Amino acid sequence: MRLPVSPRQIPIAVAGLILAGLIGLGAVRFEHFASFPNLANLLGDYAYVGIASVGATFVILSGGIDLSVGSLVAFTSVLTADLIRHGWHPLAASALCLVLGAAFGRVTGWLVRFFALPAFIVTLAGMFGLRAACFLIAGESVSIEHPFLRWVSSSLELDAGAGVAIPLRSLLLLAVVVVGFILARSTRFGRNVYAVGGNERAAQMMGVPVGATTIWVYTLAGFCSALAGLVFTFYKQAGDPTSAVGLELSVVASVVIGGTLLSGGVGSIPGTLLGVLILGVIRLLIDFEGNLNSAWTSIAIGSLLLGFIGLQKLIGEIGLRSTQTGGSLDRAPPTP
Amino acid sequence: MMVPSPPARRPAALWPALGIALLIIINALFDLLAPGGPGLVGPGAFLHVSLRDGVPAGALIDILNYGATFVILALGMTPVIATRGVDLSVGSIMAISGAVAATMSVGGRPAAESIALAVGIAALCGLWNGVLVSVLRLQPFVATLVLMVAGRGVAQMITDSQITTFHDATLEYIGLGRPSWLPLPFSFILAGALLGVTIVAVRKTALGLLLEAVGGNPEAARLAGVRARLLIVGTYVWCGACAGVAGLIAAANIKAADPFHAGRNLELAAIFAVVVGGTPLTGGRLNLVGAAVGGLLMQCLTTTMYTRNIGADVAPLPQALVILAVCIAGAAPVRAMRAQKAAR
Amino acid sequence: MSPSISSPIERVESTPTLSVRGVVVDFPGVRALDRVDFDAHTGEIHALMGENGAGKSTLINVLSGLYPPREGTIHLDGREIRPRTPREAQAVGLSTVHQEIDLVPAMSVADNICLGRHPTRTGLIRQGATRRRAEAALASLGMYVDVSGSLGDHPIAVQQMVAIARAMDIDARVLILDEPTSSLDATETDHLFRVLQHLRDQGLCIVFVSHFLDQVYRLADRITVLRNGMKVGVWEVAALPKPALIEAMTGRTIEREPQNTASGSTDAAPEALLEVDGLGRRAVLAPTSLTVRAGESLGLAGLRGSGRTELARLIFGADAADEGQVRVGGARIPAGSVRDAIARGLAFTPEDRKAEGLVLDLSVRENILLAMQARRGALRPLRPPQQMQLADHYIRSLNIRTPDAETPVRNLSGGNQQKVLLARWLAVQPRVLILDEPTRGIDVGARAEIESLIARLRAEGLAIVLISSELDEIVRTCGRVLILRDRRTVGELEGTRITESAILAVIAGAGTVAGSHE
Repeated sequence: MRLPVSPRQIPIAVAGLILAGLIGLGAVRFEHFASFPNLANLLGDYAYVGIASVGATFVILSGGIDLSVGSLVAFTSVLTADLIRHGWHPLAASALCLVLGAAFGRVTGWLVRFFALPAFIVTLAGMFGLRAACFLIAGESVSIEHPFLRWVSSSLELDAGAGVAIPLRSLLLLAVVVVGFILARSTRFGRNVYAVGGNERAAQMMGVPVGATTIWVYTLAGFCSALAGLVFTFYKQAGDPTSAVGLELSVVASVVIGGTLLSGGVGSIPGTLLGVLILGVIRLLIDFEGNLNSAWTSIAIGSLLLGFIGLQKLIGEIGLRSTQTGGSLDRAPPTP
Repeated sequence: MMVPSPPARRPAALWPALGIALLIIINALFDLLAPGGPGLVGPGAFLHVSLRDGVPAGALIDILNYGATFVILALGMTPVIATRGVDLSVGSIMAISGAVAATMSVGGRPAAESIALAVGIAALCGLWNGVLVSVLRLQPFVATLVLMVAGRGVAQMITDSQITTFHDATLEYIGLGRPSWLPLPFSFILAGALLGVTIVAVRKTALGLLLEAVGGNPEAARLAGVRARLLIVGTYVWCGACAGVAGLIAAANIKAADPFHAGRNLELAAIFAVVVGGTPLTGGRLNLVGAAVGGLLMQCLTTTMYTRNIGADVAPLPQALVILAVCIAGAAPVRAMRAQKAAR
Repeated sequence: MSPSISSPIERVESTPTLSVRGVVVDFPGVRALDRVDFDAHTGEIHALMGENGAGKSTLINVLSGLYPPREGTIHLDGREIRPRTPREAQAVGLSTVHQEIDLVPAMSVADNICLGRHPTRTGLIRQGATRRRAEAALASLGMYVDVSGSLGDHPIAVQQMVAIARAMDIDARVLILDEPTSSLDATETDHLFRVLQHLRDQGLCIVFVSHFLDQVYRLADRITVLRNGMKVGVWEVAALPKPALIEAMTGRTIEREPQNTASGSTDAAPEALLEVDGLGRRAVLAPTSLTVRAGESLGLAGLRGSGRTELARLIFGADAADEGQVRVGGARIPAGSVRDAIARGLAFTPEDRKAEGLVLDLSVRENILLAMQARRGALRPLRPPQQMQLADHYIRSLNIRTPDAETPVRNLSGGNQQKVLLARWLAVQPRVLILDEPTRGIDVGARAEIESLIARLRAEGLAIVLISSELDEIVRTCGRVLILRDRRTVGELEGTRITESAILAVIAGAGTVAGSHE
């Protein structure tokens, strides 16, 4: 059986259709929904989810999982706010948080690698531990007030015309996506990540430094989560220990909806951006609806995640069957 | 004929029991040595027990009063982990169960009906998890992560995003109600009864054997004709139902269903109780008594933090560190290193 | 005991490209390689032969950098090398293509060929150059495929070529192929062989490992034989007839006796308990038929990897067959259903009893109980006294040496573990018992006990299928023997015609025997 598109591309095509369909639905139901300012806002609102998702894509591509994303975002957010409250310059606080995030990821990766612990239990402990650590720093929301941040939010915007200003965080998201894309596609590290997730044993035999790759993947994810936390903090202008609860599900969902296999080895960074946009539009639709319970967001995300996993399994089985039956050398001309 | 001895079980309950003893000793030392402190058994001390309205009160009593939730969660989680699974959604199932019972009760339904429906729906949540894991072959932590996050949303929808207060003597009795003949709350008796029932169900039927076989060597179990998939679904249903009961107790304790906070942070605590109680994350062993004592250890830790004025929100930090330590101690490379040392 | 064949040769004309001297590898409790020497020259295809456990895989793993040897040296082109990782082995020019092709199916063909050595500019991979390099490497093997497509979309044969192309791309001096043809059909194998011959003629040194004797004779120039971790010798292929090779591999002598090829179908036979009709699975086993009657024991002989275990697993339903059917006592068993097979009276003790048979942390009692309890269901437990009785009964009747019934099976010796596994099945009173290497790795005493047990069970009317590498065991125990080679049945022997040498002769393909499969 030959399909017009490769079976591997079906999920991402479905995701594209869903995004178009959701925007279409919004456009039909609500005025201004599909307007440019509205959709540009969406990118800004979901920038932190996107940045964290790019890091998580690498983890999932390598065959791992990171459940500590939400807590690390919240921790970064609370720590930054607290440091600024104590007189730190936002840039210094940010730098420290990025280093801490990367260091945290590195420890996670090391525990996963060296002690051969399941990634879910290490990152689950991280998820609970970091959330608790947030409350150690601040029991409640800490608001941020700093001239530098005012300057950033007012001056560092891209004027997109039509009275729409694209904020720095949206640009940062796009930058992270581009860097992530290049890193995954065009560096040896990126290829190694795919190899480790696709077949760890084979990667080892082919000379890929599996251990170092795993540790770097979690380091990168920690860095991205910390960066997402900074974006989140400066966007909300506050550090809240109860924020970003359940973000790990949104992140996993974005990655999977974007065509990355949970078992690792297959996926792409632009796909993840698509997944993030779908989640953002769903959130927007529920907000527009007004009288809908916000809990619908997490339910919709969960259902979509399961739907896409089901789709992947289905396609995986079809793909398996077609390679098993199509075993011939018909594409190869005779040997010299 | 010689009377056959009961199956030999490893004394894994020892470790959490030692943990409890250690915590109590540390608390006592704190009280004793702190300048201006309450002394060993003075008012306010950890070991202080007084009678309040004819009912014993104090930190030790609190451990028994509120320990039931942890114990029951751990009992539910044990078979899941024994078959190499994990359930991250128990906290959310608690919230759902409490929300269902409270909403029914406020709607004027009899308590028995509310309880049955709440536990039934919790079991259905477990079935959902089990089908995702066993039939769709999802990794357990992903399958149950969905319900962990979305389930809290479901609970909020049931109560319309409010804390629903109920007034129903029977429902409230599940929490801190006391039978006249015992100084312990009903929830503790319930947990004890559940422990007994579970032990009987697992050890007096062949369930324990089949579960341990599936967890210990799935391929060997399959080739011996064990219905592994069905068993795995069953463990998640049981885990869901136990979380449902725990949710009822949590709601009864505060006479309200709080969809935002009920069962929050308890997922890790439940896993912790099971692992410290001698059921490894790699499966193959099933230790119910150990898990129950592990549950009490969790409550002991929580109560300690309360008495030391450490907020409930911070409690998961030490839990997280200890569970990592327990996992590292049991990790394959560490065991190999220890074996090497012992051989030398 | 030296094989009764032409004495091994040692080539002295040229210095070998690859020279292994006195390599020793120890595993816990076992010496996997014992002072092994191995030489291979440029421009030859050198077959490395031996039964499983002879040390072939270990030697390959030493050469590919997976197991650093405890003693001994490896020289490549006269320079001593010490590869400690696959990466280092590849860097010096030793490239291995393993049996379960170690590539990443989800990645593109080009990535698989260039992984770890992608051409880069300022740290970024040059996609075009990568593609061109992959195409060039494949073209040198006469392969023209879309290198941007996923490797997994290509058939196994192409994946194999990609693995070789990867080896070519790292300028390998020595190419090691471990069972490269095990999942290829005849045309694909022909193609691979043409490529390998071409590479040899261009001056590559190729080390070839295969279970398929015919292929070795078609392809190889010289053969080195290993047995029990030691080198037996090295021969020019032309100087080593097949029976002699088998002798060298197994350490047993084939007497030159006349081939008795009488057919032996018995008509007035008891009930056929197990009927297997055209059972097969692509790339695993050619369609195979057999019948075993009550009170009969059928041996499955053949080298390890010949398809014996695969046949047993397909019959039991441990793996699902693509074609054919299995009937027990006339009732058909659905493919791939272990529970149905057990319900109809089939039982199977797998070759690797620790990985697939026993639950090591459970007690002797629990392991014995498992199949019976799985069949009764969780809610109908045997009462503890009955459990103890059952366990005690089998501990006594099978003479299982264990401190008590509650000892974890992990603590028992291999022979006693095997008896526990047998007890598990006897407890459900099977009608057909399939035993895969029941005496592997166990001591002589336990072996004799298991043999006499098999005889007893046969006398009780069970049908027995016995897989064994110990030919004397098959000769003693079996009334009929089916012989497999290259994943198909190649012959059948019956009654007094079953002798070790007769079996070896069929394995070597020396004589066609009546009843042999097409």
